[in-house]
Amino acid sequence: MVGNIAMRSIDRPDRQAATPTAASVAGAPNAHARDARSLPDTPPVKAAAENFSFYYGQFQALKSITLPVYEKHVTALIGPSGCGKSTLLRACNRMHDLYPGNRYEGAIRLLPDNTNLLDPAVDPIEVRMRIGMVFQKPNPFPKSIYENVAYGLRIRGEKSRSVLDGRVEEALKGAALWAEVAHRLNEPAFALSGGQQQRLCIARCLATDPEVLLFDEPTSALDPIATASIEELIDQLRQKVTILIVTHNMQQAARVSDFTAYMYLGELIEFGRTRQLFVNPVRRETEDYITGRFG
Amino acid sequence: MESLESASFEPLRVSDRLARKALRNTKERVIEALLFAAAGVSVLTTVGIVWVLVSESYHFFTVVPIWSFLTDTMWTPLFADAHYGILPLLAGTLTTSLVAVVVAIPLGTTIAIYLSEFARPAVREAVKPFLELLGGIPSIVYGYFALIVVIPLLQLLIPGLPGFNMLGAGIVMGIAIIPYVSSLAEDAMRAVPMSMREGSYAMGGTKFQTAVRVVIPAALSGILSAYILGVSRAVGETMIVAVAAGMQPNFTMNPMEPAQTISAYIVQVALGDLPHGSIGYQSIFAAGLSLMLMTLLLNVAGHFVRRRYREAY
Ligand SMILES: Nc1ncnc2c1ncn2[C@@H]1O[C@H](COP(=O)(O)OP(=O)(O)OP(=O)(O)O)[C@@H](O)[C@H]1O
Ligand SMILES: [Mg+2]
Repeated sequence: MVGNIAMRSIDRPDRQAATPTAASVAGAPNAHARDARSLPDTPPVKAAAENFSFYYGQFQALKSITLPVYEKHVTALIGPSGCGKSTLLRACNRMHDLYPGNRYEGAIRLLPDNTNLLDPAVDPIEVRMRIGMVFQKPNPFPKSIYENVAYGLRIRGEKSRSVLDGRVEEALKGAALWAEVAHRLNEPAFALSGGQQQRLCIARCLATDPEVLLFDEPTSALDPIATASIEELIDQLRQKVTILIVTHNMQQAARVSDFTAYMYLGELIEFGRTRQLFVNPVRRETEDYITGRFG
Repeated sequence: MESLESASFEPLRVSDRLARKALRNTKERVIEALLFAAAGVSVLTTVGIVWVLVSESYHFFTVVPIWSFLTDTMWTPLFADAHYGILPLLAGTLTTSLVAVVVAIPLGTTIAIYLSEFARPAVREAVKPFLELLGGIPSIVYGYFALIVVIPLLQLLIPGLPGFNMLGAGIVMGIAIIPYVSSLAEDAMRAVPMSMREGSYAMGGTKFQTAVRVVIPAALSGILSAYILGVSRAVGETMIVAVAAGMQPNFTMNPMEPAQTISAYIVQVALGDLPHGSIGYQSIFAAGLSLMLMTLLLNVAGHFVRRRYREAY
């Protein structure tokens, strides 16, 4: 605790100078949310949305979201279907650039360099190199298990077999899959079970050492046992990487996350420490949703 | 309550309706019979063609031993000293097809990748009709295009190139089959789910890396089928090679030389160079049978390719 505060006070001065907006996010006054300033002892901010709005053509899917994501912690996005959780998550790695007619407003900043990920001058490929993503439905490539994990390194130009071997093994171990696949790395990835495929997709991200990992309902296509293993994995990963996870399952949010944001109809209703938000929500809407009295 | 009630009524109403609608039953039987007849016509046609080819070839092979048909390197049915060795025609067919494939596969694949992965929808909609048009041009037009435009151009590049040659015919045949290759390959690529592309983009992949390293492997079975269809079209293509490759059976695989393909030989005989009923005339059935076996082989290969590389997403 003390160490944490000390670290932040060392961090603060130069970050304030270099990144006024990032600092203002950490302590931004926010009309709706229980803002970060009121949270004592928060870890350093890794990424932050600032008055971020998003449009699918004419339709505004996100309305001026301001939200910090803390380094090496798990932040969960919850809220009813259609409230914009996936939209927010997919903005973080510029996935919306793939489709015409989408428009970003405001900023999503990545620290420590304080890059606005949404800046048109920022190459979306650079963004995606720093931020990995795991999808709702496992989507391994039509390649061997080995090549799936090596993919990110190969497209970054890595050719050395020994480097690849080492990183693939490390990533598979990091995704708790090594023991199951070590003897059949050259088999097609489609031969794996759904849960294994999802861990393979996580390993695929880990192999390139992302700073942030985005998860969009990573267990909704999996059975309870596979779900438990993914949750356990997320619990371990938080020591190395910052995680933002969308989930429909409130128990899951409560189990795996440190911070939770509740969204409704494109707005951020409440943000806070997970325990606090679930036990003692500030907003009535949040309480209704988490107690199942919603709608 | 309500749903229970209707559930208990439903069976009664259905059986009642069935009993009264005997007329509809007859109608359905008639429709089924018509559909069966339509399917039957195509089956019977195939059986009939195979029967004619095999039985006529049988007569041919009673005169010309199958062994010399397969190994003789001369095909001279018009000469007094007639030889019936299929090898020269086979070499012509394979060489022109090879040239065509060398043209059509890279170009067709590139076009497919462009249309499926890179082109904006407006561009795609504008380009596709042109490709369809290319596929709709009668092959005789292609034949003269080869003879009058492409071969003279090639002669500028390659001095001493004869006026009829397999290179020019093969190149134009390749252009003619591009639309088949590109449209099937494009269909296969577009069938790859967006989630797979997103997986690659999310890893930091570029459009090109995504297309080449993810979409193509995912669509491989469809793409290979497109290639095989292209090859079968090249093997069976007739008018382009008949017009532009020369009509001389020539046992060579050098594309700079004139030669005759199996299909072009059949045209030549059909045009009436040989009297009906003669052994020379019957040779077209043996040639046709060879052609059919080649196409069959390609179809079987295609079947295995599809099985081997079936998409599993
Ligand atoms: N491609 C799109 N074009 C237009 N509108 C879209 C598109 N994708 C999503 N939307 C709309 O944006 C809103 C937010 O969608 P989003 O997918 O982010 O919701 P979500 O919170 O992830 O929901 P779920 O829990 O069902 O996944 C919804 O109203 C949805 O209808
Ligand atoms: Mg969603």
